[in-house]
Amino acid sequence: MKPARVRGPAQDVAGLGVTRALGFLAPALLLIGAFLVFPAIWTIYIGITNYRLTGLEAASPSIVGLSNYTKALNDALFHNALWLTLLFVLGSAIIGQNILGFALAWTMRRARPAVRRTVEALVLLAWILPSTVVAYLWIAFFDRDTGTLNSILGTQGTAWLIDYPMVCLILFNTWRGTAFSMMLYSSALQAVPPSQLESARMVGASGWQTLRDVVFPHIRGHVLTNTLLISLWTANDFSPFLLTKGGPNHESETVPVYIYNVALQGGELGYSSAISFLLLLVNLLVALLYLRLLRKRS
Amino acid sequence: MRRISRMSRLAVLGSAALVLLTGCLGSSDSDSGDQDANRNADAKTVELTIGSNSVKGGKNSAGATWTQDVLIPKFVEAQKAKGVDVTVKFQGDGSDDEVYKQKLSLDLSNKSGPDLINIDGIWVGEFAQAGYIKPLTDTVGDAAKVDGWDGWTQIPESVQQLGMFDGKRYGVPGGSDGRVLYFNKKLFTQAGLPADWQPQSWDDITKAAQALKKLPGVTPVQINAGTAMGEATTMQGVLPLLVGTGATINTDGKWLGNSTQIRQVLDFYKSIYGGGLGDPVLQREAKGRDKSFAEFAANKIGILLEGDYFWRSVVEPKEGVAKMADRDTAVGYALIPASKPGGGIKGQNFVSMSGGGAVAINPNTKFPQQAWELLQFMNSAEMVESSLDGAAKITQRTDVNAKVLAGDPMLNFVATKVLPITQYRPGLAEYPKISAALQQATADVVGGKSTDAAAKTYETAVEAAAGSKDKVTSN
Repeated sequence: MKPARVRGPAQDVAGLGVTRALGFLAPALLLIGAFLVFPAIWTIYIGITNYRLTGLEAASPSIVGLSNYTKALNDALFHNALWLTLLFVLGSAIIGQNILGFALAWTMRRARPAVRRTVEALVLLAWILPSTVVAYLWIAFFDRDTGTLNSILGTQGTAWLIDYPMVCLILFNTWRGTAFSMMLYSSALQAVPPSQLESARMVGASGWQTLRDVVFPHIRGHVLTNTLLISLWTANDFSPFLLTKGGPNHESETVPVYIYNVALQGGELGYSSAISFLLLLVNLLVALLYLRLLRKRS
Repeated sequence: MRRISRMSRLAVLGSAALVLLTGCLGSSDSDSGDQDANRNADAKTVELTIGSNSVKGGKNSAGATWTQDVLIPKFVEAQKAKGVDVTVKFQGDGSDDEVYKQKLSLDLSNKSGPDLINIDGIWVGEFAQAGYIKPLTDTVGDAAKVDGWDGWTQIPESVQQLGMFDGKRYGVPGGSDGRVLYFNKKLFTQAGLPADWQPQSWDDITKAAQALKKLPGVTPVQINAGTAMGEATTMQGVLPLLVGTGATINTDGKWLGNSTQIRQVLDFYKSIYGGGLGDPVLQREAKGRDKSFAEFAANKIGILLEGDYFWRSVVEPKEGVAKMADRDTAVGYALIPASKPGGGIKGQNFVSMSGGGAVAINPNTKFPQQAWELLQFMNSAEMVESSLDGAAKITQRTDVNAKVLAGDPMLNFVATKVLPITQYRPGLAEYPKISAALQQATADVVGGKSTDAAAKTYETAVEAAAGSKDKVTSN
């Protein structure tokens, strides 16, 4: 965190003066204002109206106070969306990407450079391909009639995306996002002093003991950073929509998908803004928690 | 202390911003009527865009081809003769109707979008209420000019309703359609069923389905259900069945809630999808309707409830999205029976539902007069006839229908047998929300919920959509 701003020449090391300093800041502040602060305030505003995409309320919306928020608290579908988001984050980010990313980083550490580079390239590819392309590939993979998965397993006729939508999404997102965790852990593992690993080996520590007592204490901060970042990204991820549209019958409708469906399918822009704001609050809370934990660490 | 004051300063700033924003939403009073309808009326260089949910080689391919290859060049030519240099662009889409509607609503709410817009007749109400479209007389500015168009005399009153709301014309309708039961004659022969099948009741459908069930790899019957298909579920599923029970979704301004008829319809869904006669998974898939088309074309579905769109744009041998080379011999069609003979609306034995689209003028067009000219041009007898290009379609114009009807047996069937017994959806602004509730009810039943539970949830949704319990009938 920056130290609190105190006016006075002593702080003005570069000798810019307040006006010129503000001039330097202005472009960044304008961008933040236009694309971050304004939309956020706009969302709060729409959230207290009954604004709709079409119909009378589209032409002349009225202020309805907090009723959108009370509606959200009693909305079974919103609760469903929250629960599914929690599952999604827990399954694909906190467990899936974290563990797979670490496992890859740990095993690739001593692999031959050629193998290592190939694996990294493949994992990275999953991360950098455009979502639409990836979604198409996965739909083809899970498809009921001519899907790759059914051909491999010999389970013709199993509609994976219909029968196990959340499992599919968790698998998909684990595959999709592991690259970040892998890269972060690869560099974190380099911070573990080789001498300590060597000594652990000398005293006959098992693989698990080495991980727990030697490696983990060194990378604890990285685990925290990684988990929080990927959790936030996953919670706000919209690509589930590309695979299932939230279906069948709301069974894979995570909060971002639910917001989209409420806003555009249902046309309830006011209500969806209220939910967006709730999601924004949760995000802020998590971010604050993250900053606090980081500060504690340093 | 410092922190608190900073927080309160933020709060003050925030609420000030909110106060400033109040009144920024919506478009009710700011723009109505203050645009000059004769703006750019004498322009020599004109640019117009036609927006439609059709695309060459994809959805409604024939319509897109006609617009781009016939309508636009002819219009440009006709205008050139008058000394006006017109450029007409075609903005085609190939998406689900719901997605197209969302895109259009967003465009129109931002005062942009194509100059001429193709919309479904049931969107007219909500678009009009939102101020996204305006009565033609307002946009064109001259009531005599609009009402005096000779085309109106050729369009039947019931079809004109598709482009109307509150008794005002918002667009020119583009023809009507009707729903029938399609069946695969090849599968019927294999199952020992007659090739000129005509069920007299829902039981007859079930019986045929049970015979078809014995064929390996064949889904006997598919009746649209679930939310993924959107309006297709309501139009090609719930409503044709509902009128077969003798009820309509809106009678005398009251919506049908949890009632015997709704439960009867849901029970029928249950008997089909719970009884292994239909494929429930298909109804839950994101691309279920397209898949049902493909499966029908691949001789994997026995009976399918669809509109005449299915005949002319889906299994159509040349340009359809799921072509069937042997369509004319392999695909049979039958009237949709009432639940039991005489049990349909108005005591009918057979029932159907009809809808159709309309073309409206974007109120924010730069060239309202030229847009109206193009709209008349595209609905002239000559153009409407050329749009058929030998294919089957019931047009909006009686004069054109009289000429072309006899040419296609399917078209003739719909025009002479289906249209006289058909029903239209209520042109009320709440309709789309009621429709969504019906879709959800079928989704619940197909997903395994009991009829009663689904009907109860439906009732709650209908009451919310209608605004009060007084506007809902239940029994």
